[in-house]
Amino acid sequence: MGILEVKNVNKRFGGLQALGDVNLSVAENSCHAIIGPNGAGKSTLLNCLVGKLIPDTGSVMFDGQSVLGRKPYEINQMGISRVFQTPEIFGDLTVMENMMIACFAQRDGAFKMHAIGSMWKEKDIVEKAEHMLESMNLAEKRDMHTASMSRGDKRRMEIAMCLSQEPRLLLLDEPTAGMARADTNNTIDLLKKIKEERDITIAIIEHDMHVVFSLAERITVLAQGTPLVEDTPEKIKGHPKVREAYLGEAQVA
Amino acid sequence: MFGLTKKDLSLLGIVAILTMAAPFILNPFPTESAMAQFNAGYPDLMQKFVIFGIFAIGFNILFGLTGYLSFGHAAFLGVGSYSCVWMFKLLGYNVLPGIALSIVVSGLFALLIGVITLRRSGIYFSILTLAFAQMSFALAYSVLSNPKFNLTNGETGLQVYADDPQWFHSANLPDLPHLFGLSMRATHRMTLGGWEFQFNAGYYMCAIIMLVCFYLAIRIFRSPFGLMLRAVKSNQQRMNYTGLNSRPYTLAAFVISGMYAGLAGGLLSAVDPLAGAERMQWTASGEVVLMTILGGAGTLIGPVLGAGLIKYFENIFSKINESVLHSWFGFLPDGLEDFVITIVYPFVGKGWHLTLGLIFMLVVIFLPGGLIEGGQRIGRLFRGKKASKAGKSATTEPAE
Ligand SMILES: Nc1ncnc2c1ncn2[C@@H]1O[C@H](COP(=O)(O)OP(=O)(O)OP(=O)(O)O)[C@@H](O)[C@H]1O
Ligand SMILES: [Mg+2]
Repeated sequence: MGILEVKNVNKRFGGLQALGDVNLSVAENSCHAIIGPNGAGKSTLLNCLVGKLIPDTGSVMFDGQSVLGRKPYEINQMGISRVFQTPEIFGDLTVMENMMIACFAQRDGAFKMHAIGSMWKEKDIVEKAEHMLESMNLAEKRDMHTASMSRGDKRRMEIAMCLSQEPRLLLLDEPTAGMARADTNNTIDLLKKIKEERDITIAIIEHDMHVVFSLAERITVLAQGTPLVEDTPEKIKGHPKVREAYLGEAQVA
Repeated sequence: MFGLTKKDLSLLGIVAILTMAAPFILNPFPTESAMAQFNAGYPDLMQKFVIFGIFAIGFNILFGLTGYLSFGHAAFLGVGSYSCVWMFKLLGYNVLPGIALSIVVSGLFALLIGVITLRRSGIYFSILTLAFAQMSFALAYSVLSNPKFNLTNGETGLQVYADDPQWFHSANLPDLPHLFGLSMRATHRMTLGGWEFQFNAGYYMCAIIMLVCFYLAIRIFRSPFGLMLRAVKSNQQRMNYTGLNSRPYTLAAFVISGMYAGLAGGLLSAVDPLAGAERMQWTASGEVVLMTILGGAGTLIGPVLGAGLIKYFENIFSKINESVLHSWFGFLPDGLEDFVITIVYPFVGKGWHLTLGLIFMLVVIFLPGGLIEGGQRIGRLFRGKKASKAGKSATTEPAE
């Protein structure tokens, strides 16, 4: 039994079958990549995991508990954090404030009425946030408003926020899209380091094969809403069906 | 000190000094001079400045921090006013129970309305709050004032009558709102040369309460709770996917700002024991929105400035009539005088709304951050000049 079990999930948008009978099992503490051409339904699948969409049929179990019908913040508090395909951060707040919000959410839960003390006097939060910014190379941008950052920086900001929550399952939707090569490599190193340091399961959607093959232990190929194959990176590389459906396309593009 | 940073503390200090010295500051013109009508240092108006300041500070906690634009906050103001007058009728003229009850009742009322209206956001939330406030107005104006059950006294307004119980009233207490015997109308007049300054008990009580409210608002702004409220405004989606439930945060902000509004309403009754339904009308709700935006939504001091400016216009500009204009422009040749007066007249007196509207438009278009942004720009201009001067003499000094 994996920590994440997706069974027979279907999702339709009007006449479009975005997900058709998706089965997916992600083993605990592994890194599982989901790849597939544009419009394959990868983001839709993640949406079904975090409570943004409810599948028409099927079940999604995290650590033995169903996530269906739960609100996004409840699912996050169960231990699932998500990085979005287009960065979702607090644009008119500073880098440090963004980080602190994530740290507060992890420490205090979904709601805490903490209205009189100064936020800057929460030593443990400030320290943790600063530490995270250091490790993400964002420390010198501490007081910058995140809206004015580059796309790659926004992504690193979002990844840092998700990591600071110490999730058990981290969902990454094209985390390195829009990043410079150096930042992409930094991100790969960081994710590897995190995986060595603590127990964390990662499910990653990625078009950049360099990232996929550096991180993933298993790969699922999704095409037109249905898993085509699931196997180890070595096997996937040589798989004829995959070349046809996906890799061929990616190399052309 | 007080758990504030140096910067916040000096802001609080400045506001404290300004409010305490307001009777001097607002009366810059000698009583007999032609400019005396621009003096705002009389009790009635000064009380309005601080009371509506409280209203706007509270409104800003909701609108400035979370971005939820309520068009119904006057309902809480009205509820506070009625609660306070009821305490006068039942207990007596001491203002403390009335003020306390106005905070409690408006808080409960805000909880009820908040639970319902906060199910929606954006324009739908605004419309819902507007609808609720108009319903409250209708209730106060007619429904809740029938002979069998008269809670609001309808069009006349709720006031204290001679046959009201006033259980704790005694002959040695003033027959008007008072604080342990100190009448809210008690005014000490001081004449200095051509100037007259008025120190009014009601004003000082309201001013001290406003300072406390302002202090609490600073604490809220700087707290983790305040950070979460700003997160609501910035990106609710990210907030939810970060494990934060935005609903109780917005509800808490709504209730707090409702309590501020109720307190302001209670104080209005405390300085003038008459509560009318018109306090709940949508124009009153719109006014606090204008105050907040004019001063600078989301800034600490902006809403107070906005409240002051609007109340100043309402009370001072509206007094300028044709004969006043004639006395101003009398020095001009007759034809020109009439011409100038014809041009200026629509903007003063009953037309004060027109001037205010123009100012509001100019501020929103050119200073989206409100008057505070204007102040900051001017400040930067000065500092910029200083920095460039310093830069010429000593290039090492970094420009800010
Ligand atoms: N909310 C929605 N309503 C209607 N159609 C949608 C919705 N979300 C996604 N779709 C459609 O479902 C299909 C799958 O979309 P999805 O975003 O999951 O693809 P993807 O695999 O993430 O692609 P990409 O690599 O471009 O991100 C697409 O055809 C898309 O247009
Ligand atoms: Mg996608």
